[in-house]
Formats: sequence, structure tokens, C-alpha cells
Amino acid sequence: MSDDPVIDLLNTPPKVVNIGLEGFARDLQDEGVKVVHLEWRPPAGGDPELARLLSKLEA
Amino acid sequence: MTSAFQKIEEANAEAVDRMLSGDPVLVDVVPAAQAIPNLRDRMILHAGPMIEWEHMCGPMRGAITGIAVFEGWAADLAEAERMSAAGAFDFWPNHDFDAVGPMTGMTTAGQFVMVVENRAFGNRAYCTVNEGLGKVMRFGGNDAEVRSRLAWLRDEFAPAMGRALRLSNGIALKPLVARGLTMGDEMHQRNAAGTGLVLRALAPALAATARNSGTLSRALSFIAGNDQFFLNIAMAMGKAIMDPVRGIEASSVVTAMTRNGTDFGIRVSGTGDAWFTAPVEMPEGLYFPGYTEDDANPDMGDSTIVETIGLGGFAMAAAPAVAGFVGAGAASEAVEFTRRMGEISCASNPEWTIPILDYVGVPTGIDVRLVVETGLAPTINTGIAHKNPGIGQVGAGVVRAPLACFEQALRALAARLGVS
Amino acid sequence: MSRALLTRLRKGFHLDSVALMRIARTVSELDGIEDAALMMGTSTNLEILADAGLLDGEGKTAQGGDLVIAIAGMDSDAAARGLAGADALLDGPGDIAVTNNGWRPRSLRGAVTVMPEANLALISVPGDFAAAEARKAIRRGLHVMIFSDNVSLADEVDLKREAQALRRLVMGPDCGTAIIAGVPLAFANRVPRGGIGIVGASGTGIQEVSSLIARHYGGVSHAIGVGGRDLHSEVGGISTLMALDALDRDVATQHVVLISKPPPCGVAKIVLERVSRFTKPVTICFVGAGEMDMPANVHQVRTLRDAAITSLGQSVPASHPQVSVIGTREHQTYSRGLFMGGTLAAEAQAVFLAAGLPISSNVPVPGAEVMNGAKETGRNLILDLGADAFTKGRPHPMIDPVARDAAVTEALRDDTVGVVLVDLVVGHGAHPNPAQSLAEAVAIIPEAGRPVVVASVTGTDADPQVRSIQVATLEAAGISVAPTSADAAEWAARAVGAKF
Repeated sequence: MSDDPVIDLLNTPPKVVNIGLEGFARDLQDEGVKVVHLEWRPPAGGDPELARLLSKLEA
Repeated sequence: MTSAFQKIEEANAEAVDRMLSGDPVLVDVVPAAQAIPNLRDRMILHAGPMIEWEHMCGPMRGAITGIAVFEGWAADLAEAERMSAAGAFDFWPNHDFDAVGPMTGMTTAGQFVMVVENRAFGNRAYCTVNEGLGKVMRFGGNDAEVRSRLAWLRDEFAPAMGRALRLSNGIALKPLVARGLTMGDEMHQRNAAGTGLVLRALAPALAATARNSGTLSRALSFIAGNDQFFLNIAMAMGKAIMDPVRGIEASSVVTAMTRNGTDFGIRVSGTGDAWFTAPVEMPEGLYFPGYTEDDANPDMGDSTIVETIGLGGFAMAAAPAVAGFVGAGAASEAVEFTRRMGEISCASNPEWTIPILDYVGVPTGIDVRLVVETGLAPTINTGIAHKNPGIGQVGAGVVRAPLACFEQALRALAARLGVS
Repeated sequence: MSRALLTRLRKGFHLDSVALMRIARTVSELDGIEDAALMMGTSTNLEILADAGLLDGEGKTAQGGDLVIAIAGMDSDAAARGLAGADALLDGPGDIAVTNNGWRPRSLRGAVTVMPEANLALISVPGDFAAAEARKAIRRGLHVMIFSDNVSLADEVDLKREAQALRRLVMGPDCGTAIIAGVPLAFANRVPRGGIGIVGASGTGIQEVSSLIARHYGGVSHAIGVGGRDLHSEVGGISTLMALDALDRDVATQHVVLISKPPPCGVAKIVLERVSRFTKPVTICFVGAGEMDMPANVHQVRTLRDAAITSLGQSVPASHPQVSVIGTREHQTYSRGLFMGGTLAAEAQAVFLAAGLPISSNVPVPGAEVMNGAKETGRNLILDLGADAFTKGRPHPMIDPVARDAAVTEALRDDTVGVVLVDLVVGHGAHPNPAQSLAEAVAIIPEAGRPVVVASVTGTDADPQVRSIQVATLEAAGISVAPTSADAAEWAARAVGAKF
């Protein structure tokens, strides 16, 4: 670990959370990279107003 | 400047801390009027959020008329019904009186209630004694047989159980639940282990304090004959754990989920005493022979307090047998339910662990933000009541809390935090 | 018979956009189907559907979490058959699941619980949702690569500022390519590890340079995509500067390459001032820019080819090898460039302008003219068919080259066109055999009398499509394949009269 998270990113193969196209997760898995694929759905069932509120309240 | 997000995170950490540090102990069984001084004559506490007579479902009305006759406020059911419609009784949610009740959830001054004390915070919560299966008031049963069982509970069983608990200095519930989880209970639709463990803890003191062998024998066989005896204890425990979590400014943790057969309601720590309600859904499940979903009443009861503390549907992985019983799929899929609920919860409970999940704890602290974001509604294991009063349980199933409750709560919380 | 439109809504049904487009394409190829679209009901998508005349009935009530199926058939029977086909594909067995002990978390929070060591989120959800997912990832301490396009500039600025404060790197939005510690992400080529670190505002620029480095026996430490707008004044190069600084500190990197379209003056100044303090040599390719004053440790080059050569420590030759096969017939005096790679399209324009040839484009570099419509003819034209305007609601030509290749066939029919200039970009994420598709599109026009086709193939022999096989397929179809994208552009320019 260095003092800078960006340097840490470069120092070891990334550990990836894949959000979206499943093919990217498959490619990474084939490369032997640690990857978790999200079963992603539009947040708040796609309600844009709730999604906007959530983005301010959630992390 | 602290962002709304940071405020919520800190408040939720406090909420989870209060949940996990709770120390619920079953200490006594006392007359409801003594436990709840505000519970006056002709006042009927019911399950779920506030509801008026006109909007009550069949079983709820059946129970109301039955309890009015039991309390001697009406000569018969017909009179009780007329009085109810005429506004002779005050209807209030159990939740506003430190109480909870299964299904219809009738709590009145003339019944006895079990007392669970949260020794970490000093608060107490109450629930009546579980009546057993079949024709019972919690499913809207109200005939003479139902009322005479209530009378026996009041006159013989409850006082005997109270004496035994006072002698034994109470039963600590946290370790008992931990044990029950490893024995296949999820404390909502399966309480076989919890009931056995309570019976084991209570039996010596019951024997020591029983007035005669007939009382003792009837008390022991009543508990032994009712696998769901522990449910009402678990419910009072849930209420005792969650009440100190109420009113933490900015917290998005759900402090109560409940339903009255018409509406589903939730309360959230950071939004005061407001109920966020939506029409309750029909459970999906399996029916006892001879019944179908046409017979089913919409979901009902304060028992969802056990899901609120991470048991019931949240602890499905501990109780694979329940997954089959409630028609939720193969036993091997039980794990999936608990994992899904983990996605909408703030933490896991290190003391209530599930062996099959490599001893990961039950999901703890439902976060309305996570529910709205993922669209994963809390999964509740529930009994299904017949829609007509007095018939009783006709099946068991799974019901999802309506997402609309959580969306309303999120909007209200955002407004309180000045986020728009 | 009259055109019949059938729309259906599936509430709360989600499938990723690539899978949906694949289904739409299969359905649209059924007999009697004029058009088929399957899209999540975001406001952007509803607009696209409305513009295409594919929105009516319950489709109009869709929300972002709902799937809209719209089928236009020659008649109502055909439309109904199309709808049945779409249903069958939607409900049929899906792709192989990528699982972690069978468990697929639904939220980022859940994913981080499963893999607490996660340090990078790769985001390719629809643009309307990408910023929110990225924000969550950053706040949970992850770096992010945003593959999604159609993210607003305001969101990009906010995100990058927040990330900068938390010392997290935002690659993208619209970042197609990255290679981190030897791991190719999204659209990347398989290249050996080595000492050259690349920062690029565009994916295909990074792909061309990293592939050329590999083909010249060099290696890449990291390739960091920052998104096409990072060097715009509003963003101010936040990610570019963070990436450059990291490469300067990174022990694996000996030489730093920066690829971008020309940034505005103020931003260029900040970037040059920053790299002037580096101890490492730096190569900069501002594609389409004129010669600029550079710090002593910085070498400016004109093309992606020259960037690769310089980073390998070689000097750029005064002229590159020529070919003699290229020549055009009378009247066929114009060049038509049809690109899948945005930076490759920019580079080709720069080559034409440097040769004194006028050029029009939908993505003009400084000095090029803005094209006023895709059907323009009778001039030198370079089109980036991967630009947002062409990809809204359609797969990128790197994923599905059919639309680009149809444009090639059309250009070959245009008797003012003397040379058609094309690129193929292979590697992870790209179409499995784009050469085959292009070869078939070219073969539609008989070889005698048709314009010359010049191509470049970005990629390596280690890529799944195998570059040398792709080249052989093209050559067998009578297409001239240049060694680099810059060479291809030079060949094409020479074919329409340029002297080098």
C-alpha cells in the first residue's frame, strides 16, 4: 500500500465490480481477474425523481 | 459540512448499535391494564397501522366483536358489531402502546400480556400469549370456544407462567434465539425449537410454583401442543429491541413493519412516528388441503416485527424446512432469501448466526435507501388467514412489503434532511 | 397491406442493452418485419423510439425500469410474429451467468460485501444511470471506468471533482479502453507488459498505439483512458493529470504517452507545465494539432504511429514506405473515410490536411470542414460512425460493423469516390470477425471499376480475432491493408493526389 490510492490501483491487477454489460465480466474472468458481476437494474425501478434523491442519500 | 449521506451513515451506525446491544429478557406475564396504564376500558388495540371499523377486513372485525364480548362490553356478537359500527370502542395500533399482536392482534385491558424487558435500555414491550392453532381469535375466531380459551389463559395459564418467570428471574432471549436459529427456526413460521427451549427453561419453575398438578399439567401440555408458542415471545422481543432505535435523527433504518389486513405500514427511525402505508399484498404460498387462494385474507399482523430485527424471512437460510412450507421454493433456495435481505440491510448480527452461511449473522437494520435502490422488498414469512372470520389459518406463504411504503419514507427522510 | 406497429411493455424487466440489441436485430431479420426495437424505457430511449416512429400505445407510459418492445411489420400478422419472436428470445435461456459461488449481488454495496478487496468499478449501464453508479463506487472507495456514453458534461465535472478530492481515478465517461497492470478492460488488445504508460482521451487511439508497441516488440505498463471530454475546459483535465502523475510515479513505467485531440490553450498549458516536471520522457500526440512549443522532455508527434515509434525510443523516419498498387480511375477523385474508431478518424483528417487536401467530417479536427449531412458527395469525407449521433440506440460499429459496412458498399457505388478508407479495430469486446463482414460488403460490388479500398487493422495476433488472420481475409477480398492507421490514411491521400 502506498500513500496514494491511484498508485495502489496500478500496483496489482484490478479487482473489478462489473456493472452493466455481462460480456466484460466474462472477459475478465477468462483473464483470471477477480470480478463480481452485478445483477443491475435501474435504481428505484427506473423512477428518475427517486433515483436522483437516492444518489444524494446513498453511497 | 456534513453531507446528508454522512449524516445517514452515522445515524444508521447508531441504530444498528442500539439493535445489537439490546438485551431482551422475558420477565413476566401480567394483566394488560397493569402493564399498559393507558389501556383503558373499551379500548381495543389491533395489529397494523391505524384503521377505522369501515375499512377493517373480515377477520379483524370478527376478532373485534369477539373481544368485545369476551371483555363483557357487549352481550353478544351482534351487539358488539352494532357498537363497533357506532363508534363505541376506541381502536388504536398496538405499536403505540409498547405492544404487538399476531394477525388481528387483539390487546385489551382484561387480557394478560407477556413482558419482555430490554435490559440494556430499560424499556418493556408486551404481547398476549399465543392461543394455539385452529379456531383462534388472532385469525378472527370469536365463538364461545375461542372466548373460553382466552378466559382460561387469563384465569389459569398466564398467572402460572408469570409466577414461574418471576421465580426463574426471567429467560434471556438473545441466546435462546441464537440457539433456535441453529436448530432450524426462523422465529416466524417455525418456532418449534424456540418453543421447546422455552418449555425446557420454564418447566422447573412452573412445577415449583404451580398451585396443583392439574394446573401444571394443563400449562405444560398447552405449550407442548403449540409449535408457535414462541412466536408471541419473539414478537415482544422484537418490539423491545426496536423501540430504543426510534427517533434517531437522519436514520433510514426501519423500526417497525406491520399490517392490519388492509394496509401495510412501516416506521423509520429518522422520520418520527409517521406511518408510511400502502395497500397490503396477498401472500403467495401453499394452502392446507381444501383451501385455495380464493379463501385467503390479505396479509395481517404485527408479527413482521420479527423480520424488522432480521428473523423470519430474513433468516430463511436458518430454516430450510420453512422455505418448502411457505411455498418459497426448494429448501436449497432458502439461502438466497437471506442473502437478498442482506442487500437491503445495514449490517449482520454477530450473535444470531446461520450455520449454512458459514455463520454469517442475520441481516440487521433494514435501510429504506437500499430497499428503494434495489427494488428488493423485505420478504415476510407469514401465515395465511381465511378471509371469513373464525375459520382460522388456511395456509402459509411469503409476502413482500409494498415498495411504495419505502418510497414514501425515503421522500420524507430526504425532505427532513433538506435534500430535494 | 399497410405498415403495422405493435408495442408491448414489460414492467420491471431488465436486460443489458447489448443483449436487447442482439434480439432486436434477430427479430428485424424475420420475414415481413420492417423495424424492431427493444429498449429500456429511459427518457432518452423513449425519444429515440418516438423519432423512429416506434412509440405508441402503452410504450409511451414506460419508465426506466420497464422494457419496451416495438415491432413494425408489413402488416399486423407480421408484427405479431415479430413480437412472438421477441418474446421467445427474451424468455429463452440467457447468457452464461458470471457468478461468484452462484451469487449475484443486486447492488454495489452487495458486491463490495462479496468482494471487499474490490478497487475498480467497470460501468457500462445506460448513460442516464452511469453517473449515479459511478458516484456510489467512488464513495465506496473504488476507482471507476465509465464505458457508458451519453453522460452529461455537468455530471462528469461533478464526479471528477468529487473523485479528485477522494484521490480516486475516473476513467471516462465514454472510455472504451484501459489496461491496468496488464489487465485489459472493456475494448482492449492483448499486449505484453512493458515500460510504456499511455494516457488517452479516446479508446481507439490507445488501442492503435498499444497494438503498434506490441507489434514492435515493446510492452505497455498501463493504458489509462480518461474520456473524450476530460481535456475540455469545463473538466480541465482532472483525470488526465491524475493519470499522468500516477504514471510518473509508477515504477513499471519508463516512458509516458499522451494521446488526445487538441485541447484548448489553457488546458494544454496546464498539462504541458505538469509534464515538464516529470523525470520521465513524454510523447504527446494531440491528433490534428499544429506544432507547439514543448518542454525539453516532451516530444510532440503527428500520428499514432509516430507516437508508438517514439515511445519505443526510435526516431520517426522522414517518409514511410510507399505502395505502388494504389491508383484511381478518372473522375474518381475523392476519398471517403468510414471509421469505427474516433481517434483514427481524427488522425486520418490530420494526414489529409497535412498533405494539403481539404477534408470534411462529422468530427472535424482544426482545419477540417464541418460536414452538413451524411449523404454528402463530391468531396473528401471522413466519417466517425462510432460518434454518439450514429450509436444512439444502436450498437457501436466495433461491436456490430454491419451499418458501417453497408456505408462502405454505398461508397463503392458512388462514382465520384476514388478510394474508400476504413479501419478495423479488433480485441476484447469487439466483433469476432469484422474482416469477414467488411469483405462481404466489398464483394457486393464487382472488383473491376470499383474504387480502391484501403484498410488498417488495429490489434495484435494475441487478440481473439488474430490480427494476421483479419489482414489475410481483407487482402483476399482485394482490400489493401496498410501497416498502421496513419499509413492507411497516407495511402488514401496519395491515391487522391497527395504528394508526400
